[in-house]
Amino acid sequence: MTALIPTEDEVMLRDAARAFCEAAGVANLRAVRDAGKPYDADLWAEMVAMGWAGVLVGEDEGGSDMGFAAANVLAEEMGRSLIASPFLSSAVIAATALRRAGRSAAAIADGTATYALALDETRKFAPEATAMEARALGNGFVLTGSKAFVAEGTSASRLLVLARAEAGLTLFDIDAESAGLSRDRLALVDSRDHAALRFEGVEATGDDVVGEVGGGLVALGPALRAGQATISAELLGLSVGAFAMTTGYLKERKQFGRVIGSFQALQHRAAHLFSEIEVTASAIAHAGRMLDADPDNADLAVSLAKARASETAGLAVREGVQMHGGIGMTDEYDIGFYMKRARVGAEWLGDYGYHAGRVAALKGQAAA
Amino acid sequence: MADGGQESLAAFRDEIADWIDRNAPADVRGRDFDESDICWGGRNFVFKSEGQKLWMDRCSARGLTAPRWDTAYGGAGFTRAQEKVWLEELARLRVKKPLESFGLWMLGPALLAFGTEEQKRHYLPQITRGEIRWCQGYSEPGAGSDLASVQTFGADKGDHWLVNGQKIWTSYADKADWIFALVRTDREAAKHKGISFLLVDMTTPGISTRPIRLISGKSPFCETFFDDVVIPKDQIVGEVNRGWDVAKHLLTHEREMIGGGGSGAIGARSIGSVLADGDITDPHTVARAQKLEIDSLAFGLTMERYRDLAKQGGVGHASAMLKYYGTELNKDRYELLMTAGGSDALAWDGKYGALAPEWLRTKANSIEGGTSEVMLDILSKRVLELPGE
Ligand SMILES: Cc1cc2nc3c(=O)[nH]c(=O)nc-3n(C[C@H](O)[C@H](O)[C@H](O)COP(=O)(O)OP(=O)(O)OC[C@H]3O[C@@H](n4cnc5c(N)ncnc54)[C@H](O)[C@@H]3O)c2cc1C
Repeated sequence: MTALIPTEDEVMLRDAARAFCEAAGVANLRAVRDAGKPYDADLWAEMVAMGWAGVLVGEDEGGSDMGFAAANVLAEEMGRSLIASPFLSSAVIAATALRRAGRSAAAIADGTATYALALDETRKFAPEATAMEARALGNGFVLTGSKAFVAEGTSASRLLVLARAEAGLTLFDIDAESAGLSRDRLALVDSRDHAALRFEGVEATGDDVVGEVGGGLVALGPALRAGQATISAELLGLSVGAFAMTTGYLKERKQFGRVIGSFQALQHRAAHLFSEIEVTASAIAHAGRMLDADPDNADLAVSLAKARASETAGLAVREGVQMHGGIGMTDEYDIGFYMKRARVGAEWLGDYGYHAGRVAALKGQAAA
Repeated sequence: MADGGQESLAAFRDEIADWIDRNAPADVRGRDFDESDICWGGRNFVFKSEGQKLWMDRCSARGLTAPRWDTAYGGAGFTRAQEKVWLEELARLRVKKPLESFGLWMLGPALLAFGTEEQKRHYLPQITRGEIRWCQGYSEPGAGSDLASVQTFGADKGDHWLVNGQKIWTSYADKADWIFALVRTDREAAKHKGISFLLVDMTTPGISTRPIRLISGKSPFCETFFDDVVIPKDQIVGEVNRGWDVAKHLLTHEREMIGGGGSGAIGARSIGSVLADGDITDPHTVARAQKLEIDSLAFGLTMERYRDLAKQGGVGHASAMLKYYGTELNKDRYELLMTAGGSDALAWDGKYGALAPEWLRTKANSIEGGTSEVMLDILSKRVLELPGE
């Protein structure tokens, strides 16, 4: 396996991504929120032009095919500046699922399509418990049921939907404008695009099945792991961004005639947070390398990353708000945006408890 | 209602329960905790319902908005034990408290300790009747944790002070009728010794406010500006340049009140209300919930024990412990509620109502009224008597 530090190419990619994301800054998310938009379409178009949407799409399909570690690099930089985009849902999760199933992902790479993953039906991540019905009808299926928490749910042009057919869980690739499908925007704290979906007799053909009928989790597994690793990278970037903002403030704010960063009580907590971030960064780097080298054995690495990243991001934003004092509670200041995104990111695709259970099970402890 | 032994307390309980049951309108009964149900009173307050106003008026007529204050000041003259029974019966009958306010929590206790008899008779009943809503003008842009370095200045003009300066993070300044403010009245003296505690009508010319939006989406705090504001000399609590004593006394009450949220007792959301569905089985979350339950119960007892200690002659700086522990606990409680609520809890207004904005709001508990770091500092230096840096 390649070393856990970035390659020369990854360093170049990171520097370019950092410059791009920092130029947009948290101001971009703020503007998106205030305008009630799902994300900044112009900014996304630029990302597509830079090959980010095709980071996991083969070159034969117009992708840049840079791999999972590179996707993590991009997500980390987006997390640092809280950039809203369909990158994770579309370029990571959907692209991985389609490619593994031998379907075309060209429309993802060139930005003509964006995907959302319609999976969760209850308040907690539990793919195996999917209840949405896929009833056989002629050569195809009729989908009925609801999805509760779909990232990029209102803006996506296509959906990957997990539903239960007679043969078992099955993954479908359908048009988001299909008849019988309604999408309601959810106003969540992170100001990103989320929706609740209702399927009332939505028709899908046999061709819309990704992988095998009854093999939904097989088709979705690699995509979920990719998504979990990449949201972890985003949360790592978010932690680093919140931490940088906080240490910056510690060096600038004065009380009792001195900068507050000179108080040892705060110094030690900042140093502790630095340590937590470093430990989490290793788990993220490892997950990226495992997905590139041995994706079918990356479960442990990915759950480790998601558990660590969820926890570290929570700590980074809590410390961030607290160390800012009153100003940290204001909407005018950016640290609160980090806190809200951290909460949603920690929940999405399995929270700490879920992934800690997975790690324990994979390490041979009690069943998850 | 005199305080006797257990027997008369039992009779008192029956009597007060009966009174509550006969007088509490349907509007203030039942339902889970919801911030928007709080009655703040004051001239600008918009009552949520007719019943809410009726309940406030009925209670204040019997002194029940400030049960422990003397009847001469609009209170009911209850003992601690009787007040406890009153609160317990409200909770048992699921009836809301008639009135909450900075006047009841903070200014009232400070006036009782430092005010003149005339001031007590004038200001306290306005508070208990819910007529005047107070806000707190302590913090400034340069004076947060280092509160004693306030710069808002009151120039002595014989019969009045002429005040100029700026306060910040003034909760509900745009809704309040009066403000109690820390104002520097001597620039030469040591920083703690040149501050006066002034009472100011918010409609006085020269006062203006600008709301600041919170991360929870709401806008309950403001910048408050003083521009050549004339304040009559009798609107001072305590002596000139001795306002810091008043300020500190008031802070102990504020801190105890904020810390009290940690016990989960004041009508707050219970963990069970969100965890109940039985779908949260991962051992990590379950263990957190168990620990939180234990800590909340023990902290509730600690609040009670400290109140008993206070009756015996005060707990001094140890009240900083209540503020520190209670607020950190309350933040943990809301983190856990958010975890338990999962994706259903992430909406601004969702299945659990305003849980997400409440969660964000709890982050201020360990900042407002003195930060956790300041509390730990007080404990280290004043209680543990550890040497300074
Ligand atoms: C929701 C909310 C409502 C409020 N309402 C009011 C109100 O009604 N009236 C009013 O007057 N004020 C109000 N406040 C202000 C509050 O009292 C101050 O925010 C608080 O005292 C902290 O001051 P600061 O914001 O300037 O932070 P700072 O003092 O700048 O603190 C920044 C960070 O440095 C830390 N720090 C500072 N000194 C030390 C030290 N010596 N050792 C270790 N760490 C240290 C702090 O703990 C904090 O983490 C409110 C605040 C909030 C958030």
